[in-house]
Amino acid sequence: MARMNMIQAINSAMDVMMARDPDVIVMGEDVGYFGGVFRATAGLQAKFGKTRVFDTPITECGIIGVAVGMGAYGLRPVPEIQFADYIYPALDQLVSEAARLRYRSAGEFTAPITVRSPFGGGIFGGQTHSQSPEGIFTHVSGLKTIIPSTPYDAKGLLIAAIEDNDPTIFFEPKRIYNGPFDGHYDRPSKNWSAHPAGEVPEDYYRIDLGTAATVREGNDVTILAYGTMVHVAVATVEDMGLDAEIIDLRSLVPLDIDAIEKSVKKTGRCVIVHEATRTGGFGAELSAQVQERCFHHLEAPVERVTGFDTPYPHSLEWAYFPGPVRIGDALKKVMRE
Amino acid sequence: MTEPTGGSSLPPPNSQQLALHVPEPKFRPGDEVDFTEVTVPPVDAARRPDTAARADSFHDLSFGLVRVLDLDNSAGGQWNPRLDTDTMRQMLRHMAMVRAFDERMFRAQRQGKTSFYMKSLGEEAVAVAAAMALASDDMCFPSYRQQGLLIARGWSLVDMMNQIYSNRADRMQGRQLPIMYSVKDASFFSISGNLTTQYPQAVGWAMASAAKGDTRIAATWCGEGSTAEGDFHSACTFASVYRAPVIFNVVNNQWAISSFSGFAGAEQTTFAARAIGYGIAGLRIDGNDALAVYAATRWAAERARTNQGPTLIEHFTYRAEGHSTSDDPTQYRSAGEPNAWPLGDPIVRLRDHLIALGEWDAERHAEMDKALADEVKLAQKEAEKNGILGHGLHQPFDSMFEGVFEHMPPHLKEQQAQMRAERASAGMTQGGNV
Repeated sequence: MARMNMIQAINSAMDVMMARDPDVIVMGEDVGYFGGVFRATAGLQAKFGKTRVFDTPITECGIIGVAVGMGAYGLRPVPEIQFADYIYPALDQLVSEAARLRYRSAGEFTAPITVRSPFGGGIFGGQTHSQSPEGIFTHVSGLKTIIPSTPYDAKGLLIAAIEDNDPTIFFEPKRIYNGPFDGHYDRPSKNWSAHPAGEVPEDYYRIDLGTAATVREGNDVTILAYGTMVHVAVATVEDMGLDAEIIDLRSLVPLDIDAIEKSVKKTGRCVIVHEATRTGGFGAELSAQVQERCFHHLEAPVERVTGFDTPYPHSLEWAYFPGPVRIGDALKKVMRE
Repeated sequence: MTEPTGGSSLPPPNSQQLALHVPEPKFRPGDEVDFTEVTVPPVDAARRPDTAARADSFHDLSFGLVRVLDLDNSAGGQWNPRLDTDTMRQMLRHMAMVRAFDERMFRAQRQGKTSFYMKSLGEEAVAVAAAMALASDDMCFPSYRQQGLLIARGWSLVDMMNQIYSNRADRMQGRQLPIMYSVKDASFFSISGNLTTQYPQAVGWAMASAAKGDTRIAATWCGEGSTAEGDFHSACTFASVYRAPVIFNVVNNQWAISSFSGFAGAEQTTFAARAIGYGIAGLRIDGNDALAVYAATRWAAERARTNQGPTLIEHFTYRAEGHSTSDDPTQYRSAGEPNAWPLGDPIVRLRDHLIALGEWDAERHAEMDKALADEVKLAQKEAEKNGILGHGLHQPFDSMFEGVFEHMPPHLKEQQAQMRAERASAGMTQGGNV
């Protein structure tokens, strides 16, 4: 075992997979010699060569379109989109091409690509380096959407995504690249060295896509979260002294609805937390599924804690971020019922 | 209001009134057609550079017109591929087959046997001659009007028709709009309805082939209208940067549904000239000249095979039919255009060339056309045994959930079960609508 932060764990996943499978290639803006703006691909080009790890022109449409073609050839590309906020020029290639290729060709051609992209706010990135667009992708048939919350999970999930024969969107919560975040931006930041999930095996292991993790067991309320918000939720309930169960979804599509259903039926209350905008967000889907399956067990309406339906404001970042205050209010509300 | 710094030393505001230019085609319905403005240079005007020549040493070829078949039915010039007459007769036969197939399937759509069809009337040379110039395992990323690739590669007409009918034998399981074929065994990529998405994919495939030290190259096609898509430009940039072994074909058939080529920039420059900005080889060729298409494709393929990188070929041609069975070109262009097209018809031109050589005659041509029509008819009968669109469910109703992913995830299994239940509760097993 080694101590890794999330970037190192992601780097290790690609390193392991490139060594195991000569068809795995890594491409994206600044990922080659430089090793990526967040250093996630550091050292890979030196180790595996320029034809397997290379910089690309600044065209996200081209990056994904080329990856789809490489996938059709038989490679297993892992393209990086430098920030999730930049992914929109690639939407047609993802939605109409990568996601539909297996279906429309009845399996003749597939797009086994894993699109890595840092997402989420809390780093003073302004509206073009802070977005959480996962709900756009969970709405598309044929795509898988994965979001890890720890270095250990990031590596195991990324390996599973690369091995998967379908296209996967792998969003990396950049606020917690270097350490877990309790939502209190004014407190000293932590790193992963003290966290149990900062222990990461150096070798191959995988975490199957579609499995949630119960990160905290409890009886009074179920909190559904993913990415950065898992840690904020954990810190909030501990501060409040609540007996809450926290489920880290890890995989939005496919969704581990059984784990969710079991927990909500046990606690009778459900709060959904995500950083993305509210309307039509993934929380709406979770809320709908929870009430469809658990209606007669619910003792309070399902609550959503989200970012607001505004662009991510630069100077007002911490007023926008669904931190401990907003989560706490929602928890108090469902517990009152 | 904050005062700008600089005060009176700033230049005065613009006093000239602006005017917006909105392109307009030369001829609309009812207009006399006069194509004398279309320049047709002599066949010996275009030089043929060595395939190892630098792309920036023949910019003139992006503005001229590579031709082989002259309008007097002779063949000449530096680009003459000097094909033997058997090969040319084969080429003629493939093109005539595409036309016979199109004719029959167009009629099948009109008879209500399928929802949609797209002919390639007048553009048969673009796909047929390219397929004959490429190796059979070179990977093609076509748009929706290159059925000639499949026919020239000898693919089964019945299989194509099964797809058009979305019937029981459709390998695509009825999931795709008619003519959106996918034939991996013929190195023919799955066609998308979204325009030019295949361009960067072809580049990616070609890059993968090069990265693996493979020998196969890629070729792709789009219309002049969709060169405006971002994908086109992303593809050109990628192909240039990595010198990808790919051939870009821009089929300039003058019309994108009702929008003439001016809406893609044709008033300002040629489509072949797009290559110049990317530093890749560009050729503008007579797309109704099967020998020119063959020669240009061979030349571009040779460049790709020897790591000289991509070539962009503009095929200057004319869409003699509507965009699709859903289109009525008499609403927006002059009915006189197809017959007035100065570069003629690709089948007639190759036929007349062979006749001029004494290697063909009108009687044999008529016999061939009759034999092809019979062959297509026979294939149609065979395909229709597997069903036609709209007459019953040809695929199990719950098959729609298969193949979204390699392994069906729980939410799709649940939706599939829901569908089975709703049909069972309505007393339906197969057939009928909910």
